Amino acid sequence: MPESDSRPASNLPPLSLHIPEPRYRPGDTPDFGDIVVPEVGATPRPSEDSKPDAMRDMCYGLVRVLDFDGQAKGPWDPKIAPERLRAMLRYMMLVRAFDDRMFRAQRQGKTSFYMKCTGEEATSVASTMALDRSDMCFPSYRQQGILITRDYPLIQMMNQIYSNRGDHLLGRQLPIMYSAPEHGFFSVSGNLATQYPQAVGWAMASASKGDSRIATVWCGEGSSAEGDFHSALTFATVYNAPVIFNVVNNQWAISSFSGFAGGERTTFAARAVGYGIAGLRIDGNDPLAVYAATQWAADRARTNNGPTLIEHFTYRSEGHSTSDDPSAYRPSDEPTIWPFGDPIARLKQHLVTLGEWNEARHEAQRTELDDLVKTTQKQSEKLGILGHGMHQPFETMFQDVFEEMPWHLKEQCDQMLAEQEAKFGPNWKPE
Amino acid sequence: MMAETKTMNMIEAINSAMDVMLERDPNTVVMGEDVGYFGGVFRATAGLQKKHGKTRVFDTPINECGIIGVAVGMGAYGLRPVPEIQFADYIYPGLDQLVSEAARLRYRSANDYICPMTVRTPFGGGIFGGQTHSQSPESIMTHICGVKTVIPSNPYDAKGLLIAAIEDNDPVVFLEPKRIYNGPFSGYYDRPVEPWSKHEASAVPEGHYRIELGKAATVREGEALTILAYGTMVHVTKTIVEEMGVDAEIIDLRTLLPLDIDAIEASVKKTGRCLIIHEATRTSGFGAELAALVQERCFYHLEAPVERVTGFDTPYPHSLEWAYFPGPVRIATALTKILKD
Repeated sequence: MPESDSRPASNLPPLSLHIPEPRYRPGDTPDFGDIVVPEVGATPRPSEDSKPDAMRDMCYGLVRVLDFDGQAKGPWDPKIAPERLRAMLRYMMLVRAFDDRMFRAQRQGKTSFYMKCTGEEATSVASTMALDRSDMCFPSYRQQGILITRDYPLIQMMNQIYSNRGDHLLGRQLPIMYSAPEHGFFSVSGNLATQYPQAVGWAMASASKGDSRIATVWCGEGSSAEGDFHSALTFATVYNAPVIFNVVNNQWAISSFSGFAGGERTTFAARAVGYGIAGLRIDGNDPLAVYAATQWAADRARTNNGPTLIEHFTYRSEGHSTSDDPSAYRPSDEPTIWPFGDPIARLKQHLVTLGEWNEARHEAQRTELDDLVKTTQKQSEKLGILGHGMHQPFETMFQDVFEEMPWHLKEQCDQMLAEQEAKFGPNWKPE
Repeated sequence: MMAETKTMNMIEAINSAMDVMLERDPNTVVMGEDVGYFGGVFRATAGLQKKHGKTRVFDTPINECGIIGVAVGMGAYGLRPVPEIQFADYIYPGLDQLVSEAARLRYRSANDYICPMTVRTPFGGGIFGGQTHSQSPESIMTHICGVKTVIPSNPYDAKGLLIAAIEDNDPVVFLEPKRIYNGPFSGYYDRPVEPWSKHEASAVPEGHYRIELGKAATVREGEALTILAYGTMVHVTKTIVEEMGVDAEIIDLRTLLPLDIDAIEASVKKTGRCLIIHEATRTSGFGAELAALVQERCFYHLEAPVERVTGFDTPYPHSLEWAYFPGPVRIATALTKILKD
């Protein structure tokens, strides 16, 4: 066995181990001046049936539509009608209002956990709007925007967050791990990138049945390091699966910056190149770019031209979750100086520039959505909050492990019910 | 061992063990998700990168297969890697590297290569972590041939066992019961948590010491029955035994593999009764192995069937966590039954 501290004699230069390090830590003054912001319109729009190797540059550029002057420009402009732009703005604002309220509910001790998507609203809302309502979504844990855009009842999301008696997941899952098949939303796992190959499998199934529906899937840049991500891309290219891969590059995976997922050397869109998959790198804070890229990829998939990997270049404005404290590892002003601004502010500015929106309507909508969330929250809390009473019949713990309950679970269920009677008395009922 | 001691909780003791080993052995390296600058999501590696440098304590990509796989390679070079898997629930993508590679390297190469790796990982429930932050996969580890499995139950043991694990030349899975990181748990979720500082095992020597792997500890001597437990359940068990006034002998296994069979055999032959308590699911749990060993070795001394108190065979539920957890009522019921039999 070689001994590491007795290096063989050699006149070769010593090797050195590179450990990635973000440029700025707490106390530093961050400067994103070196991030390349290409001109809007500078990035060409290839046709949806382009060969992946003919569009490699798309993996290293940045698709932009909304300029900082509020105008939509260039070949990627999806030319969305004002009515639909207003709907997009409304959904993004609703996501933010919902996040703020639920984050506060966790801080008030009403539930165990919450995750916001502040600054990343466009990556799920605009993306979902560009899909067909019947397309299947395999979310990671920060895509509440999908459910909200598909008009999933807010109260059902809250009931899940509170694990209360209205929670159709019966309090089994950690808050925000929703499941909504009727809204084309797969059950959220707490494990990372596991949904990636599953989306490919769904897409392969759809293709094998001659269906017209496609699958989409999301993960963060951090979890693109997982093996599942690479398994998914391999299967997708082998079977030319009708799937859209979204990598939400929000720069941070808890405390680890994107360099720990390989971001120092290349882009995440460029992962597509090695697999022979079309890749697009886009401004994830530009709702129109997200819409346009998703529409391009959906058209491509639907016409049997294969999968697309979209890197949404964005920034996680808040902590990873309610269990995280980002001030321990990054400068607190990074979110505010992010060169691509805020997706809601940018879409608002665009609508104002078009003469289709104004400050008064914006404020009125914000108030209306805050009130909607608050009113819904009150209704949900009537069905209970976590930790204050047991909201599910105890025997639900044993249901759904299998379709039919085997003898050993029946036995254990009886044991558990006897324990609850010993604890709470014979007349106990869920609150 | 009369070295200087300091009051430490589990996290601080585990941190101190790695600190001591990083100091003593230039081949020791610590790595994992968020363990570097940030110091780990449970703070177990806080300050270690600053003190020992970025090439000795560093963050990794989110890829458990990679974390364990590169640790195998580092071990082949001659390093002594201490990878962290952020939650035991996330170890499964790394299982092939653990089962097929790390565990068999010595055997398949007839000692050409070894894997002196210690995988640290927090496990167990009681923190409202739902099914992906609460599991107890220890019996998956003990079922692998070639991996040692260690579970401490207090700060003093955690440090001594972790140092022994890091110094061990075989792969060790070091499972840290996260419910007791900050204080021993009585089993009563509605009572305030007592800090470690009130527990004698929080007096931890600051320097190097070892607790030999494969040695159990007798937490409480008694004549009426033997209770085998480990991790969080040691404290829950002790609370209930004291409340009920049962003269139980409680054995904290500390190492599940290799197991201290002599301590178990001697105790069960003395008391004639054996209750096994773990939080993990019941079927094919480590309790099944213990029950088999006890009946093989102590059958003619047994006055009652060996009993098990365990978690149920369902995924760990979020809101019904305390109905799932093998708490006071389940333990008391089993104690009453086994003493009556």
